[in-house]
Amino acid sequence: MNNNITKLTLIETLKALEEKQFSEKELNEAYLERIKKLNPSLNAFLMVNKDTKGIPSAIKDSLCTKDIKTTAASKILENFIPPYNATVVDKLLEKEIGIIGKTNCDEFTMGSSGENSAFGPTKNPWDLTKVPGGSSSGSAVAVSADLCTFAIGTDTGCSVRTPASLCGVVGLKPSYGRVSRYGAIAMASSFDQIGPITKTVADARLVLEWISGPDGFDSNCVEIASSKTPRNDTSISLSTGVIAIRQLAEKQSLKGLKVGVPKEYFGEGLDKGVEKVIRGAISKLKDLGAEIIEISLPYMKYGIAAYYILVPCEISSNFARYDAIRYGSARAEFGPEIKRRIMLGTFALSAGYYDDYYAKAAKVRTLIKQDFENAFNPPAGGVDVIVGPVSPTVAWNLGEKVNDPLSMYKADIYTCPVNLAGLPGLSVPCGFSEGLPVGLQIIGKYMDEETILDVGEIYEQNTNWKEQKPELSF
Amino acid sequence: MKLSIEQVKKVAKLANLSLTADEENLYAEQLSQILDYVDQLNQVDTLGVEPTFNVTGLSNVMRKDEDGKSLPKNGPYKTKGVFEE
Repeated sequence: MNNNITKLTLIETLKALEEKQFSEKELNEAYLERIKKLNPSLNAFLMVNKDTKGIPSAIKDSLCTKDIKTTAASKILENFIPPYNATVVDKLLEKEIGIIGKTNCDEFTMGSSGENSAFGPTKNPWDLTKVPGGSSSGSAVAVSADLCTFAIGTDTGCSVRTPASLCGVVGLKPSYGRVSRYGAIAMASSFDQIGPITKTVADARLVLEWISGPDGFDSNCVEIASSKTPRNDTSISLSTGVIAIRQLAEKQSLKGLKVGVPKEYFGEGLDKGVEKVIRGAISKLKDLGAEIIEISLPYMKYGIAAYYILVPCEISSNFARYDAIRYGSARAEFGPEIKRRIMLGTFALSAGYYDDYYAKAAKVRTLIKQDFENAFNPPAGGVDVIVGPVSPTVAWNLGEKVNDPLSMYKADIYTCPVNLAGLPGLSVPCGFSEGLPVGLQIIGKYMDEETILDVGEIYEQNTNWKEQKPELSF
Repeated sequence: MKLSIEQVKKVAKLANLSLTADEENLYAEQLSQILDYVDQLNQVDTLGVEPTFNVTGLSNVMRKDEDGKSLPKNGPYKTKGVFEE
């Protein structure tokens, strides 16, 4: 019975509670029991709340939770107890969502594998010798292993989509400005976004609706930007349990939808097995009625180079606050990746180098953003969504890339351009290669989460990938 | 671009990081490798291109000057809603 409870999606859980199939107490007990059994091997949670109430959600430990220790998986914040909640957390609490635990991640969200945590790496539930992807490693693993109904992560360059892809769950990185960043421990402020990691696309839509919208504390998150979607007709009514589905999703067809496939997403470095799975998913979109159009994003290949200048620059300034006075711990406590990025950013911003690095990268960022705008806007492309892989490979071996930062950075090749442009991106499970999950990335127009969620939902409903669960017999 | 140990020391000082000799060597090597990769940005013609520092294009977002939530726990305690010594 208990495993039947933890298998349920968020929306199924809400319905079951409504129908009194089980109580909230039984729900939380079922998840706590599973965490107790599985977390020692997975290391997904840094803190488990044994007195949890409400719908159990898992919150990335880089999001502030009032009176609950928030470490961002760093020694620097080992004893930090925030006096306030992140806006996202407040918005969830208003919906009677509970925090069952705080999840492990790469230290200060810097990493693509989940191995940079000061409290040990998280393991991939599909194969414990593989990385889960990062930086929202614990959040993705908690969803994948059914240790929570849904989770919250953050995404600066890949950090919701990559772990979602590598763990076989749904991950949504919203448009920059859709969700308030208040209370998210900052990495790179012009890139950071908070997003849901869920068991289904419908769940992601619901959570996005809960956490979106301005709070007056994030000047980039304003009403105008957030008014278009999510629409009211996508909402679930807790009192009736009735879920209104959008027209497109109701029709179960992608007829009339133009899907752009950038040739740069299928270049050198893409694993053959992953490519096969992604091509299969694109054929499925075609079978469902979509028109597939090959497009080009010529500046995308400079994405990693621009990203790994701009982000370290923002880091070098954001991380000046950890000066041993304000948070107590000395800067020597930073892990190696944090120091590396602070050094890189400080160098790129130092006298004599600013124009060559920071200013240059910011201009290339403009060109990458224009690439996407050209693809979305007629007459050049006029596509509705862009699809491709999330990660160039499936989950790699633990330890494989930790000593080679550049090869780790290159894993972000298909995800970080989306953050450079501030667009929404969704990872949806679309098959397996070498027995490990592969995620399809669906990229949308600025503030058009609705369309990518529709495409993801129709794809999901017409495939069986979401039924696949890792076997966790340990 | 190759970073020398002296440059690494200078950057570490600017960044307020005290590095061990091993770390200095490691970062000299790794940062040089990353900067070599980043050099490909020079292939891009950016003449006349405006830089993007923020994708929303918003600036000077104002709010009404009204009292809001504060953080009383951060202060030594308070009377009548204000901190006292």
